[in-house]
Amino acid sequence: MNIVVCIKQVPDTKGGVVFNADGTLNRAAMLAIMNPDDKAGLEAALRLKDEYGAHVTVLTMGLPKAEEVLREAMAMGADEGILVTDRVLGGADTWATSTTIAGALRNIDYDLIITGRQAIDGDTAQVGPQIAEHLGIPAISYAQAIKIDGDSVVVERQFDDRYHVLKAKMPCLVTALSELNEPRYMTPGGIFDALEKDITVWGRADLKDVDDSNLGLSGSPTKIARASDKVRKSEGELKSDLSADEAATYIFDKLSENNII
Amino acid sequence: MDFTLDKKHEMAQNLFRDFAVNEARPLAQETDETEVFPRATVEKMQKYGFMGIAVPKEYGGQGCDPLTYVMCVEELSKECGTTGVIVSAHSSLCCDPILTYGTEEQKQKYLVPLAKGEKLGAFALTEPGAGTDAQGAQTKAILDGDEYVLNGSKCFITNGKEADIYIVIAVTEVQTDARGRKKKRFSAFIVEKGTPGFSFGTKEKKMGIRGSSTYELIFEDCRIPKENLLGAPGKGFGIAMHTLDGGRIGIAAQALRIAEGALQRTIEFTNERKQFGRSISAFQNTQFQLANMATKVEAAKLLVYKAAQAKATQKSYSVEAAMAKLAAAEVAMDVTTKAVQLHGGYGYTREYDVERMMRDAKITEIYEGTSEVQRMVISANILN
Repeated sequence: MNIVVCIKQVPDTKGGVVFNADGTLNRAAMLAIMNPDDKAGLEAALRLKDEYGAHVTVLTMGLPKAEEVLREAMAMGADEGILVTDRVLGGADTWATSTTIAGALRNIDYDLIITGRQAIDGDTAQVGPQIAEHLGIPAISYAQAIKIDGDSVVVERQFDDRYHVLKAKMPCLVTALSELNEPRYMTPGGIFDALEKDITVWGRADLKDVDDSNLGLSGSPTKIARASDKVRKSEGELKSDLSADEAATYIFDKLSENNII
Repeated sequence: MDFTLDKKHEMAQNLFRDFAVNEARPLAQETDETEVFPRATVEKMQKYGFMGIAVPKEYGGQGCDPLTYVMCVEELSKECGTTGVIVSAHSSLCCDPILTYGTEEQKQKYLVPLAKGEKLGAFALTEPGAGTDAQGAQTKAILDGDEYVLNGSKCFITNGKEADIYIVIAVTEVQTDARGRKKKRFSAFIVEKGTPGFSFGTKEKKMGIRGSSTYELIFEDCRIPKENLLGAPGKGFGIAMHTLDGGRIGIAAQALRIAEGALQRTIEFTNERKQFGRSISAFQNTQFQLANMATKVEAAKLLVYKAAQAKATQKSYSVEAAMAKLAAAEVAMDVTTKAVQLHGGYGYTREYDVERMMRDAKITEIYEGTSEVQRMVISANILN
């Protein structure tokens, strides 16, 4: 079985957010990590590998620096890494990104594609399902458990207060939630091996069946008008000198005043 | 000398740091309070290959280098001294001598499960009457047919009751020289837990590193197969000393990071703690103390890394290891003591990590050769 896990290097939001003058993220100045949902997807793939035997490929699109997350994934147990990087692919929105990744995936034999549900830097949750659409394969999103049953995959899909059990013939695509599992650590020997392995690097020319008009910034229908850091709306109010009854009355009045109740 | 970490060491350091913060730190206080061996953490370390970092892959290890191993002990010790010493004793004192002196059969039988994390190792040299003075050792091994018969006891053994495989140093011969003076010759043995005649005595109640299982080992007509002799007969003292050279680098790394952990917590505390209307880090006394502490930690770090590098590239590294351990242990004691002082009354309570770190630091000046022994090693070398 061939599993491809699509992963993304994202800014570590714990390390603070840095903006460029034009309002876009200054990724170079921020700590970078593997997107948590993607890491859970990778862990799911590695568990399938442990249980059923599989060849796990990790694929990422990004700056050359994104090689770091491929190395990390390989140190956790992935068999090979593919980096899709090219200046003409930069500034891509979800449409251009999914077009690019689908173009790369057309070069690979796959049974199962796993992506994270969404990236913590964009929170769109669109790229995974869009890739499946481009490739014409089924997609199951929000997976909280993944099993293999013959030539099918059986997935528990999270849904509000319950979950759905869905079965799909492979090849198919599954998007994973970070709640899916507790990703394993790398091993020291895995790190040493991962840094000795070659990483496949693909550019625009290596993408199959894609049109330039759907790539990069110019191929992105989404235009970002402005980006800003979260602005705190008010200072808040601290009342520490009230009794329990007075506090309840105070909160009630405040909520009424603002037409909340 | 360039100590910039390359990519693989940088990644390994991040791995150990993540593991230490996520797994060792939350349990450090409880481990200290309850004096219970952190078995669950050890099992995780076994699963992720932390117990065979510098052992070659063909013997079940990770195939990394001594520096990577040192970084592992460092990062663990920064959060929990107990966890650090468990890895150190297992790796430096049990895996290393089997890797260096073991036969191929011994390596396959003992080193492979140790490095894979299926078994835990320990090393037994110290005896009630023989600490620094090895000639005071009483534990004897007498060859009887195809077996050595071991009698005696060992004390202060790290990983004591929790280990599965022990390197035991015992007297196998007493020679008399031309002047009629008696000299004991030692041999090293691999002893398995469960061997008839091998039992455990009292558990030590310690000042620090309280979760590490420190026990007395008792041997009463304990019969060891002859093939479990490690190295040549009569060469046990050399094996023990060479093993301790490597062990000292692990302890130096432990000491270094206990100091660094205490420094980090003190920086955080002095920024938060307010007196006379401002953070105590705004006072020059605090600033100068922190500057001294940071400088000492940095100096110790260079010696520790130099020793780890020497182990990777040199046949003999006794002096480098002794200097690293001497310096790092004294820095650890000094820095943790100052850390407690800068925490004031809070530093004297168990609510704050520095209290535990000061107790943990003290042992680094004592075990695997006291600071006085390190001075003996260094001075013997420079006067020779």
